[in-house]
Amino acid sequence: MEKTQRPLSPHLQIYRPQLTSVLSVTHRGTGIALVIGTLVLVYWLLAAASGAEAYASAQQLLGSWFGRIVLLGFTFALFFHLCNGIRHLFWDVGLGFELKTAYASGAAVVIVSITMTVLAWSLAYALRGGA
Amino acid sequence: MKFRTPLARARGLGSAKSGTHHWWMQRLTAVALVPLSLWFVASLITLVTADHATVIAWLHSPLVTILCCALIVAIFYHGQLGLQVVVEDYVHTESLKLVSIVVAGFLSLLMAGACLFAVLSIAFGS
Repeated sequence: MEKTQRPLSPHLQIYRPQLTSVLSVTHRGTGIALVIGTLVLVYWLLAAASGAEAYASAQQLLGSWFGRIVLLGFTFALFFHLCNGIRHLFWDVGLGFELKTAYASGAAVVIVSITMTVLAWSLAYALRGGA
Repeated sequence: MKFRTPLARARGLGSAKSGTHHWWMQRLTAVALVPLSLWFVASLITLVTADHATVIAWLHSPLVTILCCALIVAIFYHGQLGLQVVVEDYVHTESLKLVSIVVAGFLSLLMAGACLFAVLSIAFGS
């Protein structure tokens, strides 16, 4: 198709980042990250199905410092996408569009998703007994 | 001016012939994933120190098998729908857009199949 030189509307980098826009972009980012992260789920389930030896090496890899960083990122991405997704579902039924509400729910999403991540990992470490 | 026939208006399917199906399935899978993913993460936390036998015993329970299968279907369906939207928003070369959507769809299906195979082979295994 022939490219015509029309004036372009200002894009993302023109605007000052705001909580609402940053969360919107993060929702997409975490969504893509979670899709890539499902490779870990595929790997873990296939390892479990393959037998004790494969499972033990999968546990070792996921328990290494690198594995833990990936899982930590995955946990936060999941909780963020979950919380912000619920915020989107409210919008879908027409609730929470007022500017004040949108900012308050945005702040709540950040606080709750970080809290859930910390809680999940504290629980996991507590059950693990340190280490 | 009304260019659309009354039948087309009543069907409400638009030019893509699928209406709000994509949007609606994205919401439905999202709603399903709220309890399913919370349940799965909570389960994984309790399994953090579990050995292979414990994990197999956990996956052997019919309820766990069924919920895992539901989770897998919802995850990869939702992921595929999401990836399609992202591709449609940012890839503007028609051929590349089509190929990306098709490849993402095939990969999602393959990964979902691999997960379902793993869960079911454990569930039906000895």
